[in-house]
Amino acid sequence: MLSADFVIATAVGYVGLLFVLAFFGDRRARANTKSFLHSPAVYTLSISVYCTSWTFYGAVGNAARSGLEFLTIYLGPTLVFVGWWFLLRRLVRISHDQRITSLADLLSSRFGKSNRLAVLVTCIAVIGIAPYIALQLKAVTSSIQAVAGSSEFGQGSLAGIDDVGLAFGIAAAMALFTILFGTRHVDAKEQHHGVVAAIAFEAVVKLAALLGVGIFVVYVGGGLEPIFRRAAEMGVSAPTENSFGDRWVTTLVLSVAAIVCLPRQFQVTVVENSDESHLRVAGWAFPAYMLLMSLFILPIAVFGLTVMPAGSNPDMFALTLPMFYGQSPLALLAFIGGFSSATSMIILESIALSIMVSNHIIMPLVLRFSSGQPSADGQGVSHLLLVARRVSIILILSLGFFYFFFTRDSNALAPIGLISFTAIAQFFPAVLAALFWRDASLKGATAAIAAGFVIWVWCSFLPSFESVSPQVAMLVQHGPWGIAWLRPEALFGLDRLDPLSHAAFWSLTINVVTLTVVSLLTKQSALERIQSTLFVDVFRRGAAQRGNFVRGSATANDLFFVAERVLGERRAAALFETAAREIGVDPDMLEPSPAFIGKLERELAGSIGAASAHVMLSKVVSGSDVSLEEMMQMADETQQVIEYSQQLEKTSAELRSTAQKLEDANTQLRELDSQKDEFLSQVSHEVRTPMTSIRSFSEILLDPQGIDDVQRQHFVSTIHQESLRLTRLLDEILDLSALERGERSWENRPVDAEAALERALQVCDALLRQRDMRVEQGPRAGCTMVEGDADRLCQVFINLISNAVKYNNATKAVLRVTSSVRAGSYVVEIADNGPGIPKSERTLIFEKFSRGQHGASDQSGAGLGLAISRQIIARMNGTLDLVPSPLGGACFRVRLPVVGAG
Amino acid sequence: MAIDILIAEDEPSILESLDFILRRAGWNVSAVTDGDSVLEAVRRLRPRLVLLDVMLPKRSGFDVLKQIRASAELAAVPVLILTAKGQQQDRRTAEELGADGFVTKPYANADVVGAVRALLGDIGGAA
Repeated sequence: MLSADFVIATAVGYVGLLFVLAFFGDRRARANTKSFLHSPAVYTLSISVYCTSWTFYGAVGNAARSGLEFLTIYLGPTLVFVGWWFLLRRLVRISHDQRITSLADLLSSRFGKSNRLAVLVTCIAVIGIAPYIALQLKAVTSSIQAVAGSSEFGQGSLAGIDDVGLAFGIAAAMALFTILFGTRHVDAKEQHHGVVAAIAFEAVVKLAALLGVGIFVVYVGGGLEPIFRRAAEMGVSAPTENSFGDRWVTTLVLSVAAIVCLPRQFQVTVVENSDESHLRVAGWAFPAYMLLMSLFILPIAVFGLTVMPAGSNPDMFALTLPMFYGQSPLALLAFIGGFSSATSMIILESIALSIMVSNHIIMPLVLRFSSGQPSADGQGVSHLLLVARRVSIILILSLGFFYFFFTRDSNALAPIGLISFTAIAQFFPAVLAALFWRDASLKGATAAIAAGFVIWVWCSFLPSFESVSPQVAMLVQHGPWGIAWLRPEALFGLDRLDPLSHAAFWSLTINVVTLTVVSLLTKQSALERIQSTLFVDVFRRGAAQRGNFVRGSATANDLFFVAERVLGERRAAALFETAAREIGVDPDMLEPSPAFIGKLERELAGSIGAASAHVMLSKVVSGSDVSLEEMMQMADETQQVIEYSQQLEKTSAELRSTAQKLEDANTQLRELDSQKDEFLSQVSHEVRTPMTSIRSFSEILLDPQGIDDVQRQHFVSTIHQESLRLTRLLDEILDLSALERGERSWENRPVDAEAALERALQVCDALLRQRDMRVEQGPRAGCTMVEGDADRLCQVFINLISNAVKYNNATKAVLRVTSSVRAGSYVVEIADNGPGIPKSERTLIFEKFSRGQHGASDQSGAGLGLAISRQIIARMNGTLDLVPSPLGGACFRVRLPVVGAG
Repeated sequence: MAIDILIAEDEPSILESLDFILRRAGWNVSAVTDGDSVLEAVRRLRPRLVLLDVMLPKRSGFDVLKQIRASAELAAVPVLILTAKGQQQDRRTAEELGADGFVTKPYANADVVGAVRALLGDIGGAA
């Protein structure tokens, strides 16, 4: 018969054995890096710390209550490990490159070495893991009580001690044990070979124990088939109806997240990994281990339900079945197996959490409040770290104990574990984003984790106190202030899912949405960008050999001072000597290169976390040095300058184009100016010609010798005519100038164009007769009204007719005048059989002072006639053009819109 | 009767005034009214001087001057350029082409007579 005393004594002895194992394992691992302790087998076994007492006891209970659901807890990790290439290898590689010490460190490092994020993750991990630790306490307590409660004799010295006292004792013992185990020294890589050795040993023990019980059950039950048959006959069977529902999916997802994000799993899988290739073995060996662990769970559960008295706690079947059959050694083995499961979890979990707490919460505080340099006491930071970790371990186990204390009346083990899983799963989206999504930002990750955590507290953590607190029960029942849609287990009216799926669904959904949206909306800092590239492209680059600092005034001495405080003198000296050897100088002469400072930062990060290491080295190096962030800031500023100069360039391009436009305008003005000069010159010429005659004849008349009266009369008349010509010229210039400005000295009103044409012909009749020019009357339009001025229109026709007369030197000169109405226009054509206008002059003839070169016997005009005519017609909304002549000479066409015509 | 001066001018009233003042000063004067006729007239009449307007129909005075200076037989005849455009450019062009004098319209009758007299080196036939 087992007694509680005996069992406890055995447990203590077992722990002693573990300690010895760990101690020698540590030594051996240090002495020989090729020891079997560095083998993939030990690595795989240590990963099986995943299988806690929850597995050992709880899975049987879970199987008895919910059938195959317990399998999902193994299926998730199996998926992750079988697909290790996809996720774990990446995680391990990055963590090695960046000297990652914990999940908080990973996220902090990825998201710009943000310590705030690390603190958030640490806090959530500590709170989220508390139920899990409570679960272990509860399992061990229950197992001891199961032994004790089996008989009067079993009580032993436990008589009078309740489960709380027992749990407290266990928690205290565990704290002591973990402190002895895990905080003997601070390692750069946070690797604990001794502990891992002990954990591996425990893994073997718990597997052996569970297999032993399983084989025993099969043996007693007469084989697997009879067990299930008998159970079926007795109407006992594991419920299966809900096996593959939402809960099944939920636990699968949660366990996938848990195997990656649980602090202890991260510790053993990633941090304690000494060789990436070990993952290859673990990829199949760990699933195999879990398969073995779960092999007999269903038979044990079914058999227990069949043979054990009604009301027995199914969680304890693995222990109570052998006891029921009086198999004390087997029962003891089972107890030790369960105890192993619990202790290995507690030890590793609290080590992992204490690293997070000390690195991310305590160290930054110390760094902040110490003035620049770490405390100069002999042990330095190393000592401080150990103290911090010990305190953390006590804190963490206390939290676990308090959770146990408040929820001790809740009965099953599995749900407690799932509460922790849900909390830890809040890190999973951020971890995935950290590894795969370049644009995931610090704000996104922080907000996502915080939001997920809040939902978890509300929907999962809080309701777990339902059975012990009436207030919480009320809250769960009716929601806060009676707001139904805020009920923790039916958030936003979603009440069809079971509480676990409900909490997981809402927390993870909001988590993922927040991560995505906030990341997309926010901008990464420079350091975040660099880190995200290092993480996401970890396999694309070579080993990340970036110097995180540029060369500065920090001497090797300054750096050594810091390194010594954190790493201890020996390791620091070794580090500096190696670096000096590599570049072939005396260690005293070592010039800290950026690469070396980067390496040192990573080494320090191994002890105190990326953020703290960065801050610490920044303090030393930043004397006159520039940190990477500042470099990036400088780069950003440079970028801004570049952008600014690009803007300037753009502006100057605009200026150039403006200048070009100005130049064009100027050219145009000059062109106009030269046109004006040309015009003035033309005017000057046209004015000077009559002026010359007038002046010359005036002078002749002033000196009247040798002039008879006839001559005098002639000269005076010439002067008079030239004066008139001058006046006419000036009138024309003024007229044209006004017309060109768009002015009009007349009102456009409906006039009979045909009448104007007829009048022009009459005026020119004398001239025509003088030149003996025949007028050929073509078809005529008859009375046609156009908008214009009769006199001005007549002026145009006279100009055209007189031109035809003046420039026509044909022997039989003919003038042909036709008019018609075409498409709403009144069209007049005045054609002659003269020499016509050469091609080269056709475009010029409407210009000012342009006179035909041929046959101009009468050159009295200034060459303004056509220019004026064209302007006049334009002011009447018509056109004046030169068109091919039916008579071979020139032909001018006037086209004016007919009044009232469409 | 030898011709002293050939006038090439297209404006009838100006031509009339020039003809009058130069005759009154004692020279024999002949005239053409377009650019094309100048060269032929110089060849035929052998004037002692050509009074050449720049703005001639058919062929500009500068063109005519160029032709005169290009012809071995006529190159020596003095040419007095007459133009309404008193600009520097015209004066320079005329000098480059070998003009011997330059008179700007509107001119003082005495200036024309003086310029001609300077070139011909006498005081005029009759006077």
